[in-house]
Amino acid sequence: MKITDSQVLHVAALARLKLDPEEVKRFRAELNSVLEYMDLLSEVDTDGIEPLHHPFPAGNVFRHEGAEPCRGAREALENAPHREGDLFVVPKVIE
Amino acid sequence: MLETARRYRKNGVSPVREVSGFLERITRDTCNAFVAVDRDGALGAAEEAQKLIEGGSEDHLAGVPLAVKDNICVRGIPATCASKILSTFVPACDATVVERLRKRGAVILGKTNLDEFAMGSTTSTGAFGPTLNPWDPTRTPGGSSGGSAAAVASGLCAGALGSDTGGSIRMPASFCGITGLKPTYGAVSRFGLVAFASSLDQIGPMAPSARDAAVLFEAIRGHDPRDSTSATAAHPPLNLDGLDLRGVRIGVPDEFFGEGLDHEVERSVTFGISTLENLGAQVKRISLPMVRYGVAVYYIVATAEASSNLARYDGVRYGKRAQGVGDLLDLYLETRTQGFGDEVKRRIMLGTYVLSAGYREAYYRKASQVRALMARDFERAFGECDLIAGPATPVTAFGLNEMAGDPLSLYLLDIYTIPANLTGLPALCVPCGFGGEGLPIGMQLMAPAFREDLLLGAGISFQDCTRFHRVKP
Repeated sequence: MKITDSQVLHVAALARLKLDPEEVKRFRAELNSVLEYMDLLSEVDTDGIEPLHHPFPAGNVFRHEGAEPCRGAREALENAPHREGDLFVVPKVIE
Repeated sequence: MLETARRYRKNGVSPVREVSGFLERITRDTCNAFVAVDRDGALGAAEEAQKLIEGGSEDHLAGVPLAVKDNICVRGIPATCASKILSTFVPACDATVVERLRKRGAVILGKTNLDEFAMGSTTSTGAFGPTLNPWDPTRTPGGSSGGSAAAVASGLCAGALGSDTGGSIRMPASFCGITGLKPTYGAVSRFGLVAFASSLDQIGPMAPSARDAAVLFEAIRGHDPRDSTSATAAHPPLNLDGLDLRGVRIGVPDEFFGEGLDHEVERSVTFGISTLENLGAQVKRISLPMVRYGVAVYYIVATAEASSNLARYDGVRYGKRAQGVGDLLDLYLETRTQGFGDEVKRRIMLGTYVLSAGYREAYYRKASQVRALMARDFERAFGECDLIAGPATPVTAFGLNEMAGDPLSLYLLDIYTIPANLTGLPALCVPCGFGGEGLPIGMQLMAPAFREDLLLGAGISFQDCTRFHRVKP
């Protein structure tokens, strides 16, 4: 077995997800079957191979340096689930 | 699509009348292809297009009614990604692809269904319920762009946009008997496409024919400064007359015809390849040894990128926020737990796991190394052939709940489509036959980077001498 109940809970916590005991059991079984399948990769000799993270060589792209019109606060806040004036509202963070 | 354009000029049909007809047909849709219809916007755009055509515009796209997958932003219409967490999200601007189509006078009818956040191959994991296959409503249209595929196949739009991260354009195109193109990574701007796996995602056209797909692709491709991965290279011109296949070398990988391939699919695809041969192509067997590892590599890389991309859904700046929460951590936990469906949670957790301390080397790094070897495989292959041909999917459309509860078996269906995403190469799916139950079968063609001209040209020439793409459900 690749992944235990406590690891499932740890991963869920890292991903900011809550699982009930039934979900822990189900996700553990599903994740295990996928992770076991991934063992297939151990067949491949990858010694000294540079990993490929992007399909084509990618360099940094600088944007044009100059003032451009941009969206105002009103438009940026239009989708906010909770706002006050020009601010996003969240529960109190610092006591 | 080109037929619609012709009707406007030759038969004097007005875009307003045509678009009204499409809107009316959409109200009678029984496949659940659309999740939102923009009636007023579409009729307004049709009136504008009417003026363009009366003014003598020859643009193939003027007044042409299109559908857009619901993970691509259209200003003022919700972009939900079929997720509860984005159910309240209304984009403030058009995606670059939508902006470009509008500039050409195209009419956006509405948004089409998908698997939640484009994660799936059944168009059934979202908040809007499943889309049904127009050829057989007890079967899936494939996914994740199943809404767009079903809409095109049932004639509810003249063409559509989909997105393809691991086959999400080509699989539903194959299952619904339409033509779908996954462009070269960077050929089409991703600005306004909700991110799933940023090194794999591409927007592409889905249409009744390769010629129509070419018209759409030509309109949406090209550099966009708003997407830093958008390619700056010039694209070869597209020839709507097709490609002279005489002397074109077509590689057929042994690995695309192995275990798991349905017998009927194999027969139809073999027929498709022999048709290309009859048109003058030289067919040769090739080997792509790393294809065998594609699914394993993909479900590490794609979920790793997804876990990072989907971290943005925190209930603070946009999207649906859970109510009655305590502190900030509770806000995150409740918003995400209530907002995401099972498949999305599964992939976020898988991606988080393969990137977590102690496992990153074994999974993410290893997968990225095998990805590099796969890119070398294709580079070598394209040294000895111009195109690669094979099946798009190992099977035809399956029953709506046939694969429920077995994620790995579903993932394995992506075996032929995934290599194009991992390597960034363009790939086209064209209908090449029907199975015993009358279900469409698709043939996949792949080309070197930025050679969509070869792909679409070959697709056009293939369709000029076959009729599979003309058969309607």
